[in-house]
Amino acid sequence: MNIIVCIKQVPDTANVKIDPQTNTLIREGVESIINPFDMYAIEEAVRTKEKLGGNIIVITMGPPQAEAALREAISLGADEGILVSDRVFAGSDTWATSYTLACAIRKIGKFDIIFCGKQAADGDTAQVGPGISMHLDIPQVTYVKKIEDLTTDKAKVERMTEEGYEIVETPLPVLFTVVKEINEPRIPSLKGKIKAKSAQIKTLMAKDLDADEKSLGLNGSPTQVVKIFTPPPREGGVMLAGSTQEIVDKLVEVLKDECKSKI
Amino acid sequence: MGIEIITEQCVGCQACLKACPFGAISLEGNLAVIDFDKCTLCGACVDSCKFDAILLRKEEAAQRDIAAYKGVWVVAEQYKGNIQSITYELLGKGRDLADKLGVELCAVLLGKDMRAKTDELIHRGAEKVYIVDSPKLAQYQSEPYSKVIIELINEYKPEIVLCGATSTGRSLIARVAVKINAGLTADCTGLDIDQEKGLFLQTRPAFGGNIMATIICPNHRPQMATVRHKVMKEAEVDTSRSGEVIEKTYSESVLSSRTKVVNVIEEEGQSVNLSEADIIVSGGRGLGKPENFALLHELADAIGGAVGASRAAVDADWIVYSHQVGQTGKTVCPKIYISCGISGQIQHLAGMSSSDIIIAINKDPDAPIFKAANYGIVGDLFEIIPALTKKIKSILNT
Amino acid sequence: MDYLLTEEQNMIRDLARQIADEKIRPVAAEYDEKEEFPWSILKVIAESDLSGIYIEEAYGGMGGGITELCIATEEFSKACGGIAVSYAASALGSYPIILYGSEEQKKKYLPDIASGKKLAAFGLTEASAGSDAGALSTTAIKDGDYYILNGVKQWITNGGEAETYTIVAMTDKSKGSRGASTFIVEKGTPGFEFGKKEKKLGIRSSTTRELIFTNCKVPKENLLGKEGLGFIVAMKTFDKSRPGIGAQAVGIAQGALDHALRYAKERVQFGKPVTSFQGIQFMLADMGTQVEAARALVYSTAKLIDSGAKDISKLSAMSKLFASDVAMKVTTDAVQIFGGYGYMREYPVEKYMRDAKITQIYEGTNQIQRSIIASEMIKEMLRK
Repeated sequence: MNIIVCIKQVPDTANVKIDPQTNTLIREGVESIINPFDMYAIEEAVRTKEKLGGNIIVITMGPPQAEAALREAISLGADEGILVSDRVFAGSDTWATSYTLACAIRKIGKFDIIFCGKQAADGDTAQVGPGISMHLDIPQVTYVKKIEDLTTDKAKVERMTEEGYEIVETPLPVLFTVVKEINEPRIPSLKGKIKAKSAQIKTLMAKDLDADEKSLGLNGSPTQVVKIFTPPPREGGVMLAGSTQEIVDKLVEVLKDECKSKI
Repeated sequence: MGIEIITEQCVGCQACLKACPFGAISLEGNLAVIDFDKCTLCGACVDSCKFDAILLRKEEAAQRDIAAYKGVWVVAEQYKGNIQSITYELLGKGRDLADKLGVELCAVLLGKDMRAKTDELIHRGAEKVYIVDSPKLAQYQSEPYSKVIIELINEYKPEIVLCGATSTGRSLIARVAVKINAGLTADCTGLDIDQEKGLFLQTRPAFGGNIMATIICPNHRPQMATVRHKVMKEAEVDTSRSGEVIEKTYSESVLSSRTKVVNVIEEEGQSVNLSEADIIVSGGRGLGKPENFALLHELADAIGGAVGASRAAVDADWIVYSHQVGQTGKTVCPKIYISCGISGQIQHLAGMSSSDIIIAINKDPDAPIFKAANYGIVGDLFEIIPALTKKIKSILNT
Repeated sequence: MDYLLTEEQNMIRDLARQIADEKIRPVAAEYDEKEEFPWSILKVIAESDLSGIYIEEAYGGMGGGITELCIATEEFSKACGGIAVSYAASALGSYPIILYGSEEQKKKYLPDIASGKKLAAFGLTEASAGSDAGALSTTAIKDGDYYILNGVKQWITNGGEAETYTIVAMTDKSKGSRGASTFIVEKGTPGFEFGKKEKKLGIRSSTTRELIFTNCKVPKENLLGKEGLGFIVAMKTFDKSRPGIGAQAVGIAQGALDHALRYAKERVQFGKPVTSFQGIQFMLADMGTQVEAARALVYSTAKLIDSGAKDISKLSAMSKLFASDVAMKVTTDAVQIFGGYGYMREYPVEKYMRDAKITQIYEGTNQIQRSIIASEMIKEMLRK
């Protein structure tokens, strides 16, 4: 199986805080990590390789420091890493990003499965995965929570929905976006870390991609940001104090006011 | 690269350094310097500079035939033949946008045997309903749905397309946007029109909700956006409204799908209740152990509400994921949200901050949730919740 | 302090820390409470290639030495001393084979230990032979192609869980301490049974059992080295393994200190965090200094051993002695800093104090360590 995993290096948004005085992001000390959903994608790729054999290429579009994310993926079991990086890509929205990655994937050649995480923790759009599959004109199944059956030409998977899940059959090649329910990512191995340290990471720049220049970076992005602002902090209200009974009485009053029909 | 510091204007005030979400600006000598490896051309610094010392250029894209695109569309979502309430919310906002632009509001409905439902959409404000009815569209599948919508858009050229940010909507519309080279903004919390330029303004959270971004799509059409459930208000029903129904049929190749849905399983305890509930009692790490969710269930049952949870409680396996409220869980907008033992991180607030009244109970007086709560109680939830349940039960029994 | 570790040593430390934080911490209290052996953790350790970091690559290990073993043991111990010793005791059980095994023996037993498939354990102590290890009663009588083992070993760490045991028994009682020999005995050998799991003060997730030999036939190929080498094998093994106990003690002490420091910052009394009081500050300073000194001694000793130095007994004993005494003091002080909360099982520090105690006792009591140190110092002086 030729497996490709698309990952993104993101700031650890769980630890990003707002400076209360300036109302801006505090960036110091915020680590860069592999997007949490992508960890599940990498794990599923490694499990697939363990079951059926094959080769895993992990690919990311980002600045030079994103190489660290590729090496981490290799320490977890990926075989090769490709960094798609060029200043030309700056300002890419999800359309341009998925186009750029699709061009890079075409350069890689034949593949059977592309694994992506459901969404990135900084952008949260969940658009790049489906965008890649459309650019490559391959079928997609999103929110995959379990791969039931897999052979070299088809797959049967469980797709999570709001109501429960669906069982979907798809031919290969296919793109899957995965959710956390699919597996438990492993801890890297020492041999993996040693391999990752000395791994040769290939870099693809815009000129290596056979891409339409006009579709790259800020110029290739249909959307653009016109304003960034920190949301006004929601006004805090009243602190209730007193004995438990006094507090409970006050709460019941509030509930009565808001839900006249109920109590 | 399209951004530069105009050194003659730069006074070294460092406002841009602080504004940059990517840490791409530093001070050298007394001038701001941009690290092009980190810069994403987001433009936050341009806004922050009081001295007009930063210039952001974008090449003029080829003029597309923008003027030909008119109208606001809502892609309706149906499940098992029933139109989902997210559609009514989109029609509600869509009406507002269409009025500001002075254009039509239309709905797009895909499914099987859905003709009877077109009235529902018209009563909610759609002036036209484009319906494509086929057994092949009974269930959502990404390929046929996206191909049909692409055909419709190419033929009728709406300037704005709205879709629900649901598992169906998000997967579908991303594919459409790529094929037709349209701009798509996900999970918008604010939608508006720049009247001067006639542009669609899409506002959404980023960085886990820590900052907000407003996005436009100046040179591509349609301008597309997805919106989460319960963020916008539903359109009112007006049965006196009438509208046009346009039925389209498409060939095998448009309706074909490489994937196939073989089975659909609904799960118990997928509390759809949570998204619809008027009262939610939510628990977090402060509950201490999974058994303590029983206290919240008791209160919720007594008061006719639903039980929610913070990510910490779900990650600790105290309660299933379908109860999770927050950035990576559900967005809720109840009348009353009672949070118990939840610290109130930004990611959680992102899921419930549009609640009408937030009541927070936490032992820690510094918990961030108190900044968002209408009523805050620094106290022991294990005393307050049972006492509250008891009082409510006694009131309801009399 | 940055001990200027090599790249690979840093990777081992990072991996061990990740396992400690993500896998060990969440279960430490539960395994302690239930006295549950940490198979799930040992499995993760094996999958991360850490089981055999001290074993040569030729036998499936990662080719490191005592330093690597100490690094991993210290990190695991910060989260739980009991789980850490289940890992470290396997090294103790393997060292007789590493040091005295023939090529065939090493090829037969080390790869499974290196891969984490099997655990090892060392059996020396008996009911009447603790510090007086010379007073062994377990016998190994030669009979044709076998040795027949009879006797009972006591308080063996990993007893019953391990597959591979290195056992010291008397082959010739008349020769006293020169009459002991070391054997490899596999679990499942007829006549080799286990006693009940002991109930202990601390390191409760570590399993401690009696090993009961009743006419147990051990093939003569399983003799390590020669007859009569038994105690030399034991002493040389301890020389290598003692810094590992030192590392366990350092980890336990550091873990307790980290909890105490965090607590002292959060706990407010008399309107101030408890860290504002000089009494507490001085305690913390002493604890920090002692832990750093213990760590320095452990790692310098480990590095010396790995360099191939011959005379390591004194330093090895010192590293174990000092670190374990520090661990007992630091964990007791940590409980004190927590005050009443420190005494409650709901809070983590009392476990560290209970776990620390054993480090002053096993692999040679600290009294024996002092005897060894004094004896080495005197020998050195006489040599000059």
